[in-house]
Amino acid sequence: MRHTISVLVENKFGVLSRVAGLFSGRGYNIESLSVDETIDPNISLMTIVTTGDDLIIEQITKQLNKLIDVIKVVDLTEVDHVEREMILVKIAPKQQDKAEALRLAEIFRGRVVDSSPKTYTFEITGDEKKIAAFVELIKPFGIKEFVRTGKIAIAREGVKKTR
Amino acid sequence: MRMSGAEILIECLKREGVKHIFGYPGGVVLNIFDLLYDNEDLQVILTRHEQGAVHAADGYARSTGRPGVALVTSGPGATNTVTGVATAYMDSVPLIVLTGQVSTGLIGNDAFQEADIVGITRPCTKHNYLVKDVKDLARTLREAFYIATTGRPGPVLIDLPKDVTSDKTTFKWPEHVSLRSYNPTYEGNKWMIKQAARTIHKAKKAVIIAGGGVVLSNASKELRELAEYARLPVTMTLMGLGDIPGTHELSLGMLGMHGTYYANKAIQESDLLVAVGIRFDDRVTGRVKDFAPHAKIIHIDIDPTSIRKNVRVDIPIVGDAKRILKSLLSELKEEEDRAQWEPVRKAWLKQIGQWKKEHPLSYAYSDTVIKPQFVVEKLYELTKGNAIISTEVGQNQMWAAQFFKYDKPRTLLTSGGLGTMGYGFPAAMGAQLAHPGKTVIDIAGDGSIQMNIQELATCVLYKLPVKVAILNNQYLGMVRQWQELFFKERYSCSHLDTVPDFVKVAEGYGAVGLRAVKPSEVEPVIKAALKVKDRPVFMDFVVDWREKVFPMVPAGAAIDEMILGEEAEEKKTKKLRAVK
Ligand SMILES: Cc1ncc(C[n+]2csc(CCOP(=O)(O)OP(=O)(O)O)c2C)c(N)n1
Ligand SMILES: [Mg+2]
Repeated sequence: MRHTISVLVENKFGVLSRVAGLFSGRGYNIESLSVDETIDPNISLMTIVTTGDDLIIEQITKQLNKLIDVIKVVDLTEVDHVEREMILVKIAPKQQDKAEALRLAEIFRGRVVDSSPKTYTFEITGDEKKIAAFVELIKPFGIKEFVRTGKIAIAREGVKKTR
Repeated sequence: MRMSGAEILIECLKREGVKHIFGYPGGVVLNIFDLLYDNEDLQVILTRHEQGAVHAADGYARSTGRPGVALVTSGPGATNTVTGVATAYMDSVPLIVLTGQVSTGLIGNDAFQEADIVGITRPCTKHNYLVKDVKDLARTLREAFYIATTGRPGPVLIDLPKDVTSDKTTFKWPEHVSLRSYNPTYEGNKWMIKQAARTIHKAKKAVIIAGGGVVLSNASKELRELAEYARLPVTMTLMGLGDIPGTHELSLGMLGMHGTYYANKAIQESDLLVAVGIRFDDRVTGRVKDFAPHAKIIHIDIDPTSIRKNVRVDIPIVGDAKRILKSLLSELKEEEDRAQWEPVRKAWLKQIGQWKKEHPLSYAYSDTVIKPQFVVEKLYELTKGNAIISTEVGQNQMWAAQFFKYDKPRTLLTSGGLGTMGYGFPAAMGAQLAHPGKTVIDIAGDGSIQMNIQELATCVLYKLPVKVAILNNQYLGMVRQWQELFFKERYSCSHLDTVPDFVKVAEGYGAVGLRAVKPSEVEPVIKAALKVKDRPVFMDFVVDWREKVFPMVPAGAAIDEMILGEEAEEKKTKKLRAVK
């Protein structure tokens, strides 16, 4: 099963490599990873999406906890949470499709962040399903470039957190 | 007071109680070595190879329980430590490994003797550091010792750029260390301990499996009390030998691939396993699917990742073995009604006694050719078990585990997890340094001893009377054994062809060399070796190269699918010797 794990770490050099090395060294896979400083500049937050059966996920969270620089590990999949991801997609639609493309972006509450005579660049934010749906629909318009942030996630308030 | 990085380092080591450093110099660590030149509190042991230095620090640590310290230069000096660091990591040995590094301004430039040792050792250290600013040095060292010695111990490596050793700063000793991201659990969960007591109470065929965690937590007294009170048989992993005395009536010796028949049998028949400080390595479990099929498992370990990594666990208890065993015993005393369980336990022990009688550890003695097991037995007999034994890896290691009875923890130093050939001799050297008056013996193979044979010079130089018992079979014996049993006797690269004259090698280094080729010579050689107090001794035992380690569970088989030696050997000779 797919799990979204959030990992609070000391913001020290080498931490990313410790976490990444843990996954590669033990044969766990990382589907997506996003890292940045938190409000406290001494602490970073990593959001890792990984897959595995219950025993593997248990090992992953335990092994993460065991790393000295890891402060806290939360498997968000176990709790009610909100996930978001952002994509930037540059398309080069035919002249007659431009209006349709813009409308599509609008339906998905996307924004045009750049445009040129031949291209549009859209910014879309949402959960996995929404992003996947948008990508499916925009494909026929001719995707020139595509980038995504990787998932970030946060627990909803008022739900119990697991270790 | 303003001090240089090197001065701070020495001061911190002193305050951490370090007396000995195993080291090897080189360009970027000369500031440090310069201070060690006339330092009266810290003795540097100059080994002949950095791997030797780390294994020696490891033997020092395992035999004392205090962290061992090694100091080496950058680049090749640092990379030469990797096997030693990985060995210590697998067996949870507290080490501080100090490596020199090129100056901070040169890092990343592929400078002369630069190696990214922090990157290289990240997966085989408990933690590691690159100190980039002399102001961080004291705190880093304090943290390193704290991390290495608490929770599940392990090696910590600190990389010290040359300029950091010469830069100056005001020295301030951090009185306290605390890390918000590192808080090992020591107290076991009370409710779980209660559950465990209840489960033990109900069990009819319980077995304790004790591992290296019991050694590390100094819990052998508590373990023994529990076993004796509840009348539970105890089997030990290689790392746990000595947790309870090998001569104890409740001891089943070692379990696993080369474990005793009765230990493996008891595990497979048991209805409850009480696993303490073990990690269920594949050499212990055999085919996991069929391991202890009828047993519930109580698993006590300080490292949560050990639990449910390899086997299912019914009652996990995370914490310090000593504290948990103590509470478990007092819970049991409340829970247990002797009259009710005593006959049940008696029956189980009787059954195990039966298995012991059917298939004791044994070998076919000969009075014409020296059997390696006979040498180990004789070492036990002539030292009365009062010795620190280290081993190399291979058949020698397994015979040392089977035929020497360890009565105390920290008396067997062996590379269990990594299985490092070349570990035993330098480890014995470190142990001898820590225990000057004690008999320290490396039970070695003719292959393994050649992996760190250069440390003879170190032992001679520092007058360390380490004894090395070489079970000389002219083969990489364990490899040969696998080839004989599983590769149609195709002995690819397992015959050593040329083995040096170990007596001459020893003498060449200024050590004592002795040889035995007949069984009758074994005792006199050992006796002569034990008398030597000022130099290392090589005892070259020319042993039967055909000998194999039994019982043996083939890789991937269940642990009761054992090949027993007797069956094969019995046909050839009737002279079976049972070992008490
Ligand atoms: C550094 C290292 N290389 C290779 C091995 C694989 N290996 C395990 S046992 C063994 C043979 C050891 O030979 P020897 O030291 O003569 O011991 P014996 O089995 O003959 O007692 C080898 C090569 C190892 N354990 N360690
Ligand atoms: Mg050999």
